[in-house]
Amino acid sequence: MSKVLIIGATSAIAQSFARILAKTQSEFYLVARSPEKLAAQAADLKVRGASRVHVFATDLNHFEHHKTFINEAKEFLGEIDTVLIAHGTLDNDLVAQENYEAAESIIRLNFLSPVSILTNLAPVLIDQKKGRIIVISSVAGDRGRQSNYIYGSAKSALSTYLSGLRNRLAKQGVAVMTVKPGFVDTPMTKDFKKGLLWVTPDKVAKGIVKAVQRKQDVVYLPFFWQWIMLVIRCVPEKIFKRLSL
Amino acid sequence: MNPMISKQYQSFGRYPSVMQKSQPIYSRFDALPTLTLGHKVIPRGLGRSYGDVCLNDQETILLTEKLDHFISFDPHTGLMCCESGVTFAEILELVVPQGFFLPVTPGTKFVTVGGAIANDVHGKNHHTAGSFGHHVTQFELLRSDGSRLLCSPTQNAEYFMATIGGLGLTGLVTWAEFQLIPIFSDLISQEVIRFGGLSEFYDISNESERDFMYTVAWIDCLAKGKNLGRGLFMRGNHVNDAALKIKHSQNVKGAKFNIPCDAPHFVLNPASISLFNWAYYWKQRRKSVASLTHYNPFFYPLDAIENWNRLYGKRGFLQYQCVVPPLVEEAATREMLTVIAKARMGSFLVVLKRFGDRPSRGMLSFSRPGTTLALDFPNVGPRLFELLNHLDSIVRSAHGAVYPAKDARMSREAFTEFYPRVVEFKQYMDPQFSSSFWRRVGE
Repeated sequence: MSKVLIIGATSAIAQSFARILAKTQSEFYLVARSPEKLAAQAADLKVRGASRVHVFATDLNHFEHHKTFINEAKEFLGEIDTVLIAHGTLDNDLVAQENYEAAESIIRLNFLSPVSILTNLAPVLIDQKKGRIIVISSVAGDRGRQSNYIYGSAKSALSTYLSGLRNRLAKQGVAVMTVKPGFVDTPMTKDFKKGLLWVTPDKVAKGIVKAVQRKQDVVYLPFFWQWIMLVIRCVPEKIFKRLSL
Repeated sequence: MNPMISKQYQSFGRYPSVMQKSQPIYSRFDALPTLTLGHKVIPRGLGRSYGDVCLNDQETILLTEKLDHFISFDPHTGLMCCESGVTFAEILELVVPQGFFLPVTPGTKFVTVGGAIANDVHGKNHHTAGSFGHHVTQFELLRSDGSRLLCSPTQNAEYFMATIGGLGLTGLVTWAEFQLIPIFSDLISQEVIRFGGLSEFYDISNESERDFMYTVAWIDCLAKGKNLGRGLFMRGNHVNDAALKIKHSQNVKGAKFNIPCDAPHFVLNPASISLFNWAYYWKQRRKSVASLTHYNPFFYPLDAIENWNRLYGKRGFLQYQCVVPPLVEEAATREMLTVIAKARMGSFLVVLKRFGDRPSRGMLSFSRPGTTLALDFPNVGPRLFELLNHLDSIVRSAHGAVYPAKDARMSREAFTEFYPRVVEFKQYMDPQFSSSFWRRVGE
């Protein structure tokens, strides 16, 4: 049994992750945008074994709510064992590349909003002297590509932020894990053509649970993305800039 | 970047193949995807129907696998409510440890609740429990005009009866509520009795129906003459002793084998099938063997072999399941078995069972009093289709019916005869819903 705060709880990966933890009678505080989807998820987790579930519906672009739900979560759960931050957006990158407002909204939700949440959350976990923060970043943050560099740069900034935060919190007994999924078949990617490299959110969620057990800091899911990204990072910029990726 | 690309699909029998588009439903609160393209849609769960009821050639299928939320479960009464894409396997995993079991289950647990309703599935307990539809208390039906109908025996009752066994044609079932049954153990006490022929089958069946919740027989369909209709009768009950507990060993959980690729078509030929049947029939030397078994091998023997449909090779296979009414059941069954044995085309998965008298709820429900015979045949082409037409004619003169969930070839005339309420059914269909099956036999 553990006490779990999930932000972006109705996202496909978060939902699969919560279902795994529900089997061990965990307690949940769930944050997401749609009240009806949150209610459906709370009911689902209870049937699957969760002992207590509380939900908070908000648009995570409203940074002023971040402190509110973190305090409420702390109160509801008592101690927070695990935090999963799983929200994000994959709006049309090509539009955002030529429209600053669109670019800003991608960066705001994918980078600034987790920063706002984590800034408020860190003192709570430092205070407990324990806890684990899991944040979903992306392989897209490992190198900028013409097809999605707005999203990619937000995720890259997020990964860098997390590496610093991990460094800072490690001394306080708080673990920070960066998850970098590759292609995951979720509502967020519904307009993509699916190929061999695509996996289900269930598979990614299982990978996260395993990585937690192994106390990993940065995890690529599935594992082979580590090698794919290694190769991609090694391509000299002179050549890389000519590719159509 | 376009998901709406037509792809080739097959159902479980791998015949026929169609080109269709697919559209996932991500939430039960979402509206049906815009139907402005003029595309007809049909919901698809796990695609375990054998023929074309879950196919929609040149049109679109609605994938329901993301509708996988439980909504409520009362561990005291066993009342379960969940979304329509939840599978029987997931339900069992959740409720068996809490002392409940499915009220009715087909021979695979890899079916969804929506599929179980749409085909009004039956199982080994039809003589005591009827079909799945009998245990459904209510569901929500999402129609293409955006309306959501709460359907139960008392509310929108016509839609309730049209949707049970309605082959997905009345709209999308988003969630359903149904009653589970209590159990004390996950074990089944089973008895396997060898019988030498059809009349002996009826003797054992009659004798077993009162004391055994589950009955079914396997038949050696290649046996002829005095051996015609010989087989093994299996009967069982849930173990009522909680002390006989549930030792979860590896071999009852999950798939044991996988058929990794298509077998060459000659693997299943009359000689190999005949040999298998002979060996299976004689697998027990004693007349009757009693044992305790986990529910998985008892209900779902084939689930242990992942992708077993590949055994039939690339050409696929055709299932045939029919029911013939009590007055003529023995004669008609004997006639069919004779025809099949003579054609030497049967297979090793032949099942015979007597249905109970409980009338099904659905307008197009298959199960009805009488004897049901189910077999599968490797797709050997025209020779097979001739045989199946011959079987149809026997079923028609017996006033029986053929099961749509397993069909890929029955004629429009035959369907109309088997399902006289189809005229009434048509009023409750959703105008935007259709399937390959429906265009073939119903429209």
